[in-house]
This record gives sequence, C-alpha cells and structure tokens, in this order.
Amino acid sequence: METAVEVRDLVVTRGRRPVLHGISCTIPRGSITGLLGPSGSGKTTLLRAVVGVQVVAGGSVTVLGEPAGSPRLRRRVGYLTQAPSVYADLTVRENARYFARLHGLGAAEADRVLGAVGLADAAGQLVGTLSGGQRSRASLACALIGRPELLILDEPTVGQDPVLRNELWEMFRAMAADGCTLVVSSHVMDEAARCDRLLLIREGRLIADDTLAGIRAAAGTDDVEAAFLNLVRARATTPVSAEGGAR
Amino acid sequence: MNPTILAATTGRILRQLRHDRRTIALLAVVPTALLTLLYHMYADQPTAPGQPSAFDRIALVMLGVFPFIVMFLVTSIAMLRERTTGTLERLLTTPLGKLDLLFGYGLAFGLAATVQAGLAAGVAYWLFDLDTAGSPGLVVLISVVDAVLGVALGLLCSAFARTEFQAVQFMPVVVAPQILLCGLFVRRDQMAGWLGAVSDVLPLSYAVEALQEVGRHAEPTGTMWRDLAVVGGTIVVALVLGAATLRRRTG
Repeated sequence: METAVEVRDLVVTRGRRPVLHGISCTIPRGSITGLLGPSGSGKTTLLRAVVGVQVVAGGSVTVLGEPAGSPRLRRRVGYLTQAPSVYADLTVRENARYFARLHGLGAAEADRVLGAVGLADAAGQLVGTLSGGQRSRASLACALIGRPELLILDEPTVGQDPVLRNELWEMFRAMAADGCTLVVSSHVMDEAARCDRLLLIREGRLIADDTLAGIRAAAGTDDVEAAFLNLVRARATTPVSAEGGAR
Repeated sequence: MNPTILAATTGRILRQLRHDRRTIALLAVVPTALLTLLYHMYADQPTAPGQPSAFDRIALVMLGVFPFIVMFLVTSIAMLRERTTGTLERLLTTPLGKLDLLFGYGLAFGLAATVQAGLAAGVAYWLFDLDTAGSPGLVVLISVVDAVLGVALGLLCSAFARTEFQAVQFMPVVVAPQILLCGLFVRRDQMAGWLGAVSDVLPLSYAVEALQEVGRHAEPTGTMWRDLAVVGGTIVVALVLGAATLRRRTG
C-alpha cells in the first residue's frame, strides 16, 4: 500500500527534556490511524511534527512524498488543533468562509463543511456563544476545507455526545473510503475499534504499531485498555533485564 | 503576498471588529472626548499675539498621537490573541503568507483609523475651531499614517509578549518616550544633544513634525513629505521585522 506519512527516528526535545525518543512509523494512504496514549505521552507533539509546525531535534518526517511542512503541503494537509482554533468573535459561517478563501475556495465549500459537521443550523451564531462541543466542531469544519489528502485530527471527538461522535466517525470512514488519510488522536481507548491501524504511545515512545487485531493478539486480551497495560508491562520487563528485574 | 488572501484577511479582521460594538464605540469616541477635554482645559489660556493658541498647537499634535496610542494597544492585543488561541498556528499551516497576515492587520486597522481620524479632525475643526495654515485633509492623512505606525509597532511588540499583561506594558515602554521626546513638551532643537539624538531616531518625532508643518504652512512642504516618508518607511520595516518574528515551527 502507498505510504502517506513516514516518520524516521523522530526526536523532539522541549528545553532539555526529550518528548519523543526516536519514533519511527509509516502510515498508509486511505486509512484511519488512531494515535492512542495517555495525556502527556507525546501525541500532540508527534502530530505537530507531521503537520510541520514542531521544531524537531532529529530524524525525518515525510508527508505525501515531501518533507513535513513544505509550502506545497499547505493545500494538501488539514490540521485540527486540540484546543479549538477558530475566531470566537466571528460567526461559524464567517470562520468557515475565511478559511475557504485562504484556500481559494468560495462560500459553497464553507457551507459544505458546516453541513458535514452538523453546524448548518448554527452557522449564523458567534463562535464565542457556542457550547464546547459545537466550538470544536466549528474548528473541525475549518480543517475539512478543500478536501485535504491528509487530515491530522488532534482529539476531534472530545466533548461530543455519542450520537454526534458516531456521525463524525462515519464521516471519517467515508472520507477514508474516498482516499483521504486520517490520523486521529484520542485518549479514549474505545475509539480504537474505529481505526484501521493503531499507534500506542507512552512517555514519548511507540509501544505498538499494528492493527487492533494484531495488538489484541500480541497482548493476549480483547480489551484495548488492558492490552495497553500488558504492552507497557511487557516493555518494562523485557528489553533491559537489569532495569526490569528491579521492578 | 497574495491579493485574494490579503483581502480575505483584511475583511476577516474588519468583521471581527464589526461584531465588537463596544470597541467600535471606543475607537470613535475616545479621541474626540479627549479633544473636548483639551479644548476646555485651554479655553481661558491667554495667547501671545502672532502665535498659535495653546489649543491649536496641542490639539494638532494630539490628532496624530491619539490614533497612534490606540492602534498600538488594539493591535498588540489582537495579534497576541492570534498567538494564544492557536489561530496563528493554524493560519501558518494554510497557504497564507506571513506578510499577508501583517499587511492585513495594517490595512484593516488603517481603515478603522481613517474613520477615527476623520471624526476627530472633523470635531477639532468644526466644533473647536482648530486653525491650521495647511489643509485639514493633510492632517487626516498624517493621523492615519500615525495610526498605521501604531499598528506596525504593536504587531512587532506583540511578538515579545507572552500574555496580555505583558503586551499592555509595552505601551508605556514604546509609546511614552516617543510622546515625551516628540517636540510637544520641549522643542526638539532645544533638547540636550543626546536627547535630540534619541528623538531623531523615534518615528513619532517625524509624524509630529509633519503635523506642525501643516499647522504653519499653507502648502505642503518638502520637510512634511520627507517626514511622512520616514514614518512610511518605518511602518514597512516594522511589518517586515514582525513577519520575521512569526515562526511556522515552534517548540
């Protein structure tokens, strides 16, 4: 399968503290990859490196055949930040139209993405007056502008009610079927079942890069949360015996 | 720079302003209210024969200084908000260029400043009988250029502030010395040499001198055009430096 994102030995440090310790992985085109891990594990940092907004200390990230952050990728990659990044003092529609115009697109594209995230009825409302879930969907809508080939979504379903969450996942699935590559981070393990592949990350290291079935088999359990724990324990005991033996 | 993106960004900033009625009211009313205060302060002051009245002298300079202060503050906070709410990071992942953003701010707030300066000058001339030898149109033009200078310096300074508390404190640091040394309180040629030298490198000194030239001469003078060119050049340099402080990649 064709590769959308290739990460090689990626090292990111903040101050002197390493945040990512030499991560390597490949993400196939037209798939949904879930990036799962606890808060503070490095999910956002890894996603920012793929978008090309993170200063990296080592390694390489190649996105759609070009180095991450290349000017040409700015039309091909959509990015949803974890905190909603839309203008609170504009209406939902004004936000969408502004981001559409940055991509050289018109009002029809703005209306399309607002419909896609279920905000057509709230289009005339100021973002500052929206609920948290609506606000993050407004932000998601702006990331969908221009049908990007790669969509990086940092916790897109936080704060959404179960019905909406289901609809959003159905939309992600439809987009993947159309050839879009999605990378979706979450700290909710039960979203794992929605993804084609999973990256489990903890303390800046990947502890698994596999399909859900593969991870279940390797960890010897069907529950993703339990699998995560098993893999963490396995890593703590196997590689360095002196360190592991002390625990 | 891309004209479509620049226009979209200018429009977006003006739309944000439009939703903020209170800010619009403040922009419109504050300079006019301060001029009113000034008028009554100097109402009973004697005027030496052959000299402009104290109100004429000070109000003329203030028509340049008020928009400069207001736009510096408004812009540095607006840009800081772009940084802290994550919209700046998002914008820099789109086809928008850094100069599109900074010149968008310059244009949008420049337009707002035109309305503000027009109102303030209108009140000064019609209500308070401000008397200048030169044309009121030139006074408005210089006020607007002053306001855009405030915008450009505000954008640049916001790069050095992490919080709104810090951004607000750049106002006295950047703006107050320029007002003290611009020639309003002590004539620039009467200052100690080193103060004169400092005054010579502060852009507001040129803006104020340009206004004083309009006050004294019926026709635009070469000094006035030179001063205006200095302020215009400073604006472009500040915007380009501001663009250089925007980093697509951050830690």
